[in-house]
Amino acid sequence: MNSIAASEIKTLKVSIYRYDPLKKEKPYMQDFDIDIPAEKDLMVLDVLMLAKEEDPSISFRRSCREGVCGSDGLNINGKNGLGCITPLSDAVKSNKLAIRPLPGLPVIKDLTVDMKQFVDQYKKVKPYLITDKKVDTKQAIPQTIQEREKLDGLYECIMCGCCSTACPSFWWNPDKFLGPAALLQAYRFIADSRDTATDERLEQLEDAFSVFRCHGIMNCVSVCPKGLNPTKAIGEIKKMLVKRAL
Amino acid sequence: MAMNGTGTLLDASTLPVKEFDGIIVGGGGSGMMASLQLAKSGMTTAVVSKVFPTRSHTVSAQGGITCSIQSADPDDDWRWHMFDTVKGSDFIGDQDSIEYMCKEGPEAIFELENMGLPFSRTEEGKIYQRAFGGQSKDYGKGGQAERTCAAADRTGHALLHTLFQANVKAGTNFLSEWFAVDLVKNQNDQVVGVIAFEIETGEPYFLKSKATVLATGGAGRIYQTTSNALINTGDGTGMALRAGFPVQDMEMWQFHPTGIHGHGTLVTEGCRGEGGYLVNKDGERFMERYAPNYKDLASRDVVARSMFTEILEGRGCGPDADHVYLKLDHLGPEIVHKRLPGVTELSKRFAHVDPSEHPIPVVPTCHYAMGGIPTNVHGQVISQNPDGTDKIIDGLYAAGEAACVSVHGGNRLGGNSLLDLIVFGRSAGLHIEESFKSGIKMDDPSSDDINYALRNLNRVNVSQSGENFVKVKKDLQKTMQMNFGVFRTEELMVNGIKEVSDLREKSQNIHLADKSSQFNTARVEALELLNLIEVAEATAISANERKESRGAHSREDYPERDDDNWLKHSIYFSENKQVSKRDVNFRPKQVQAFQPIVRTY
Repeated sequence: MNSIAASEIKTLKVSIYRYDPLKKEKPYMQDFDIDIPAEKDLMVLDVLMLAKEEDPSISFRRSCREGVCGSDGLNINGKNGLGCITPLSDAVKSNKLAIRPLPGLPVIKDLTVDMKQFVDQYKKVKPYLITDKKVDTKQAIPQTIQEREKLDGLYECIMCGCCSTACPSFWWNPDKFLGPAALLQAYRFIADSRDTATDERLEQLEDAFSVFRCHGIMNCVSVCPKGLNPTKAIGEIKKMLVKRAL
Repeated sequence: MAMNGTGTLLDASTLPVKEFDGIIVGGGGSGMMASLQLAKSGMTTAVVSKVFPTRSHTVSAQGGITCSIQSADPDDDWRWHMFDTVKGSDFIGDQDSIEYMCKEGPEAIFELENMGLPFSRTEEGKIYQRAFGGQSKDYGKGGQAERTCAAADRTGHALLHTLFQANVKAGTNFLSEWFAVDLVKNQNDQVVGVIAFEIETGEPYFLKSKATVLATGGAGRIYQTTSNALINTGDGTGMALRAGFPVQDMEMWQFHPTGIHGHGTLVTEGCRGEGGYLVNKDGERFMERYAPNYKDLASRDVVARSMFTEILEGRGCGPDADHVYLKLDHLGPEIVHKRLPGVTELSKRFAHVDPSEHPIPVVPTCHYAMGGIPTNVHGQVISQNPDGTDKIIDGLYAAGEAACVSVHGGNRLGGNSLLDLIVFGRSAGLHIEESFKSGIKMDDPSSDDINYALRNLNRVNVSQSGENFVKVKKDLQKTMQMNFGVFRTEELMVNGIKEVSDLREKSQNIHLADKSSQFNTARVEALELLNLIEVAEATAISANERKESRGAHSREDYPERDDDNWLKHSIYFSENKQVSKRDVNFRPKQVQAFQPIVRTY
């Protein structure tokens, strides 16, 4: 930052959620004045890394810094998103930026949340191809372009958790309602022409909670950083379940 | 119980131990391919990964997996792929390994497809393959091939998630968000596990095993501008060097031609495979001058050098004339959005352009380490005896970008890294399985052996004052960028070696101010710096030693390839900072070896 002339710098007010469960203090918001180049539209992750240079004890996850690994799901000025692909021009309101952990999950430290519940729900939907054939290392299972297109909008999920932690139904019943991310994954395999376990998968989702706690609030759709539509996938599952029950 | 790093010295006598048949350090493509093999064989296995596995950098691979599966062309031949790879390597790729990879590749691809990998498809319902750089038919005589199997431009994501899912199904044991610090060796120079700590609690352990696989990926973060994830800090390479094992061909770093200007994030070579091309400020398609036959699909080292030459000669684009343009807009929105949706997203985000309407500003960015920990085709790590012969290290394996098996030699072809991951991740797994069946005996390490492996963690944990590790890291990245870039000279490199050496001194005295135990990422970053330093110094010294231009290593003071002296691997040991040579393998099993020819595209 030293080489930038003062006129090209602006100061951003950044407020970061701090919490260390081993210390006997309540969570609090710590304020930073971060100097940023005026011309460049930095990402929220860039700002977090600048803040960490001032205070190395801030804890958060990051890896690819290009929106594909799903590490840095955060609550940014009240909305869930990925730090690395949320530009300040979208996020900052009145020169203020508040960064909190994803809501609804236990906080390990600062912005780092415990994803166990989220991953457990993912594992429940058997997120892998089930076929009645043995793995064949000599050829691919045939699939038409049209059949493959049904997976578009489903397979791209990066498991960042932005959707499920924005979902009120997941907040109330995180153990029983699978949440949008896991359900999107469930439908990704139901929709795959190569998968032969549709019946088994639907049967597992039939109870009153797993799927039917989705009330179509669509927070998941509005926050998904990959532009995916879990509500639609859940709607498809619901349709199949209803059809099955008739 | 051992103290969890709050300023107290850790000691072998109180360190908790967890024992597994196999330990895999790294949860990317090669690590999870190895773990899948072991989990299926019923061995107790732990994948030790500093991030949740799907956050690994394999996820960022875009364009695809190159492999002769005869989908786009029923007459395609793995031997043609082998020829391209040998030529691409500038003839220092090991031909036994390249043969193994190209021949075994199709089985691994079909296995992954059968596990659910959502490949794009052809009209006949087969796996879609696209053109990539350096690909030919009929040993370079039949024109451009289409050999790269793709899931749109998100192949790495599709691959990594499929592997994670398969491991979930197989019941693999993940030590997710654990950081491996150093290898533990016994008195017989055998590797018997690693020292690691759980990041969430800071709790350290000795993870004991008869087979440790280093699958820790690349180290692009030694450079300032890189396509690599923030986590790519060469941890396995650093651990191997500190344990006294060598690295091979570390001077060979690939600069990918199409990094987004100002950010370093990649757009795939598949852009050019789908018909995109590069232009200079005059709108000239300049690759026609440098590579009349393959043009924009020449090998990556050739394209990256051509781009820099355009920029250095004043034909760069933009106000500072410091980049060129990648044109895709002539392909039409249908192709761009359907085949390259991820690229569309990245270029809108980081370059603020829709590639179906405007060209993308690009500049070469550090992308891939062809060098790494030397191994044989079974992933067994190799060291060198004093007489120059190979010596297999018991208990230690490496696979993927951390390893140098060496299928990429001086320059990797696009789409060959994912193939390398799955083929050699699997072969390491298979070898471990076989070794266990025939029985492995190893002596336990002594307390001194374990304490030796704890020394770095202890030093960082008790540091009371010293250097700021973030600053040391930044200085290191800057000096590597300045002195070991695409074009190299002795003058710059000698200067760079001195600076890196000074930074190593500083890295021995870094200060971790925050000693807290709960998800302390500063501790992780401080330890990562020690790995970056090892990799950078190995790169710097090896680069100055190789007095020729070959593959990605391009010297202005030695502009020619020197087959008389340097048709060799370089081998570097950290202890004495010496570089020696190792023979390249010219003994494939089923075909005649390909002899060095002048490499043109």
